[in-house]
Amino acid sequence: MSTSVIPDPIRLLPWRVLGPLTLLVMFGATVLYSAGGGKMWPWAGMHLVHYVVFLGMAVVVSYLPRDLFKQAAYPLYGGLVVLLVLVEAVGRIGGGSQRWLNLGFMTLQPSEMMKPAIVLVLAQFYDNLPPQMTRSWRALVPALMLLAVPAGLVIIQPDLGTALAICFGAVVVIFLAGVPMWWFIGGGLTAAIVAPLAFFFVLKEYQRKRVTVFVNPEADMLGAGYHITQSKIAIGSGGFFGKGFGNGTQSHLQYLPEAHTDFVFATMSEEWGMVGGLFVLFVFFVVLFRWGMGVARRAPDRFAAMLAAGMTATVFFYVAINMMMVMGLAPVVGIPLPFLSHGGSSMMTNMLCIGTIMAVDRWGRRGRRFYG
Amino acid sequence: MALIPKGLLTKSSRGKQGRRITSAALRDSFDRRAVLIGGLQGTIGVLLAARLGFIAVGENEHYRVMAESNRVNLSLIPPRRGWILDRTGAPLAANRADFRVDLIPDKMTDHDQTVDKLGQILSLTAVEIQDIKDRLEDAHGSRPVEAAAHLDWDKFAAVSVRQPDLPGVVPQRGFSRFYPTGPCVGHLVGYVGAANAKDYEKEHNPLLITPGFKIGKDGLEKRFDTELRGVPGARRSEVTASGRVVRDLESRDDVPGDPIRLTIHGGLQDYASRRIGLESGAVTVMDIHTGDILAMCSMPSFDPNSFSDGIGRVEWKMLSEDDHVPLRNKVLHGLYPPGSTVKPTVALAFLEAGLDPSESVNCNGGLQVGNRVFHCWQHHGHGKVDMMKGIYQSCDVYFYHFAQRMGMDVIAAMMHRMGWGREYDLPLGNQSFGTVPDPAWKMRKYDKEWAIYDTVNATIGQGYMQVNPLQQAIVASRIASGKSLTPRLMADSSQPEFQPLGVKQEHLDLIRQGMWEMVNGRGTGARARIDVPNVQIAGKSGTAQVVGLNFGNGKGGAWKHRDHGHFICFGPFDNPRYACQVLVEHGGGSGAAMPIAKDVMTYLFDQQKAWDALLPMEAGWGGTPQQRMAAKYQGFSRQYGAAAPRVGDGDAAVARVDAGAASPQPIQSDAAAPAPEPVAAAPAPPSVVGGASTAARPKAGRQP
Repeated sequence: MSTSVIPDPIRLLPWRVLGPLTLLVMFGATVLYSAGGGKMWPWAGMHLVHYVVFLGMAVVVSYLPRDLFKQAAYPLYGGLVVLLVLVEAVGRIGGGSQRWLNLGFMTLQPSEMMKPAIVLVLAQFYDNLPPQMTRSWRALVPALMLLAVPAGLVIIQPDLGTALAICFGAVVVIFLAGVPMWWFIGGGLTAAIVAPLAFFFVLKEYQRKRVTVFVNPEADMLGAGYHITQSKIAIGSGGFFGKGFGNGTQSHLQYLPEAHTDFVFATMSEEWGMVGGLFVLFVFFVVLFRWGMGVARRAPDRFAAMLAAGMTATVFFYVAINMMMVMGLAPVVGIPLPFLSHGGSSMMTNMLCIGTIMAVDRWGRRGRRFYG
Repeated sequence: MALIPKGLLTKSSRGKQGRRITSAALRDSFDRRAVLIGGLQGTIGVLLAARLGFIAVGENEHYRVMAESNRVNLSLIPPRRGWILDRTGAPLAANRADFRVDLIPDKMTDHDQTVDKLGQILSLTAVEIQDIKDRLEDAHGSRPVEAAAHLDWDKFAAVSVRQPDLPGVVPQRGFSRFYPTGPCVGHLVGYVGAANAKDYEKEHNPLLITPGFKIGKDGLEKRFDTELRGVPGARRSEVTASGRVVRDLESRDDVPGDPIRLTIHGGLQDYASRRIGLESGAVTVMDIHTGDILAMCSMPSFDPNSFSDGIGRVEWKMLSEDDHVPLRNKVLHGLYPPGSTVKPTVALAFLEAGLDPSESVNCNGGLQVGNRVFHCWQHHGHGKVDMMKGIYQSCDVYFYHFAQRMGMDVIAAMMHRMGWGREYDLPLGNQSFGTVPDPAWKMRKYDKEWAIYDTVNATIGQGYMQVNPLQQAIVASRIASGKSLTPRLMADSSQPEFQPLGVKQEHLDLIRQGMWEMVNGRGTGARARIDVPNVQIAGKSGTAQVVGLNFGNGKGGAWKHRDHGHFICFGPFDNPRYACQVLVEHGGGSGAAMPIAKDVMTYLFDQQKAWDALLPMEAGWGGTPQQRMAAKYQGFSRQYGAAAPRVGDGDAAVARVDAGAASPQPIQSDAAAPAPEPVAAAPAPPSVVGGASTAARPKAGRQP
């Protein structure tokens, strides 16, 4: 292979996936530029800065060896649990709920980091579990405990969206680990029974309201149904080709709430129409369905496979819930759309996932190079 | 590695014995399940794409309309209300340009906080802020609540600038109702206010919930609301979610409402109202050629200017606790025993029934009827009294005596003919029209036989007899014109045709002569004599007792135990044109009413002279009614502040006060009331008011 002007570390990055992803992020910046009233700062500019910074981080992560991942799994998990407890304690003392720890130079949101960490720790757990035990209670109970502690801590913050994301990543890993199928069927049935009970006894008033409004948003047009209704108006009024760049009235006249974060897809759809929406879906199809799951299937070992699939599932969960929410298919939960929504924490989490998948991809290629 | 106790394994691995789980099997399972997960992801992806197509393409039309209705706000411009004019074309109710601030409850996030912030910007008092909060509490949805009106430009601009931080606050320039003479026209024209839930239920018109739009709440403003309202203009503008206007797109001007014109003479209305002064009273002036009501005053009153933004706590406390009942239109809703003002009617009944006017009776201060003695107000006696003297000296014994002979039926018939005891067609809602008693009525009402003392009571305007001041004005007009005149309030250039009363002219002349004598001759009404060259008026006084004599003599003592003072008159005597009625509630006798009647009649012929008489007095009373009300409000405000009790539905409360007036006097069902008493005898110097009278009160009771 002839040498190129582009240095190897960059040339060898999986551009097949980073290309579309970079396009998506730039598209996101365009949308944020319009939502910010035609201004680069703070939204659009910071969005690109976040991407570049966390892309660098993802590349670094992708070069980390497999053993380091395995060794780091439990300490990382343990540290994050401690931080979650700390957040809760600081919040209690300070009065009111808090999700951040102010470290002075940056704010740290441990619940965000927990999303990839739970996938990592469960992949490590199942990799260590002797295969013949996968069908015993020993395969499930410790895993559920590993999940229950952080999920519980996040739920009492209260942050339902993040807790659900943590659970989803974990459940996908447990599922892929090969535990008996009927546990999931049984679990599903239990959830069907527990969900209504949780709705009435566990959820906070404002969370309950989001669910009832989801069922019938028009019943409370000016109250809690407002978000969903305005979001649908934005998407619906965009039509196939959209109103054009900078012409979105729903976002510019502030009818659309959170136009630059949770409802950025609606902001985008209003100006770019269904065409823009299909582009976004296409990029996620390439990144998650083809590349993410593909890497998982090609992974050299059980740990790597579960890691890649779990990371893919975590990002997928964001995408699916956010888009279902803005289109009125899911209740309003505070989950941003990866790579489009403004916000550093979410960009970091998603790029950690991407970096991890890239790492798995690298192990796979090296493995094939070594043994194949 | 024996990590697992045997017993636990047996159950879960039953049936799967022999099947060894290997890494390869797990890899296999992973692959299958990964496909499943991928399939799930793909399905959701397709579902999302389908949903996107459904919303963006399938329902595009629907959502485009909704986005447009979000973006474009069609706001109505409240029409300017038609003016209410007096007979000369001067406004009794007009509009003036105004900067105002309204609140839309629906769009407010935190009521108290927003109102407090607004209060700071506009430097409102605690009372005003409390009133706004009260109004907000009663309001729902998008019905606007007035926060402040008549703002100057600086304050208006200050609110406009801060509007983005004050959701639901709508600053606006427009027009507001203005009543130049304030309380003097309150009962006559009524007032306007924002539509309430009930109004909106009756008429689902978006105009009713437009900020700044007012509907008529009372009086003529309510009755002629349709005519006065006009057609709203409209403005299309692009607005943000918080209601801030980004730019105006297009607009259409409003069409002002039609003016209505009254028979009222604005100047006279103002003068007469102010002349009542500190008393609780009513004055009505009529043109006897046309029946036009020139003035219709009930004082004290409320200021319709300050009612238009709702009725505040302090204001309500001030009005509802006033024993002068400022919320009652006494002309139409006050019922009073008319006292001696019925005597001209009774005398006319005698004449028409054939009584010779020269026939006389000797008055020695009382007359025995049955086993009771009915006293004359002049208990020293009038001596020999014929009809003329009976009228101008208001001798009660004369009427006691002949009423028994002529009978109640004759008297009651004439009373009805002269216009007592009925309701007249005026655009001011229902009237309380009182009672002209007769034997059939008493049987119906109390199931009791008519007694002779009932006749005696009725002939001096006591007992069951109850009238409203409007009727007194009409009776005066009918005596003056000799026609069955009816009143009108709406200006009309046509000359109405009234039927003659059907009484002999000479009889009428005799009555009028008696009334002239009362004021200008040997009668008791010298204090009503007017000082205008070549103009004389004729009149009849009346003093109506309110409570039995055990409470006092009717002159001093507690205010509400004092006698009512009445005076009816017409003028000029030789060629009657105007008729007038004056009532002073608890004035201590007719002496309180006559000077007012004098000045009001003077105004009709010489305005300057009338003002010269009034202005010094007014200075002593503490200024015009508006000034006095403002001072009183300040006092109440200082004393009670926002602690005054809530009003609730102010409009309904006002209506209740008015309706509650139907029977202010206790009906006497048995006991005979003694005679009323006019003021001191004939040419007494007008300087002695009321109390100086040497005439002792008549004593009622059984003969020893």
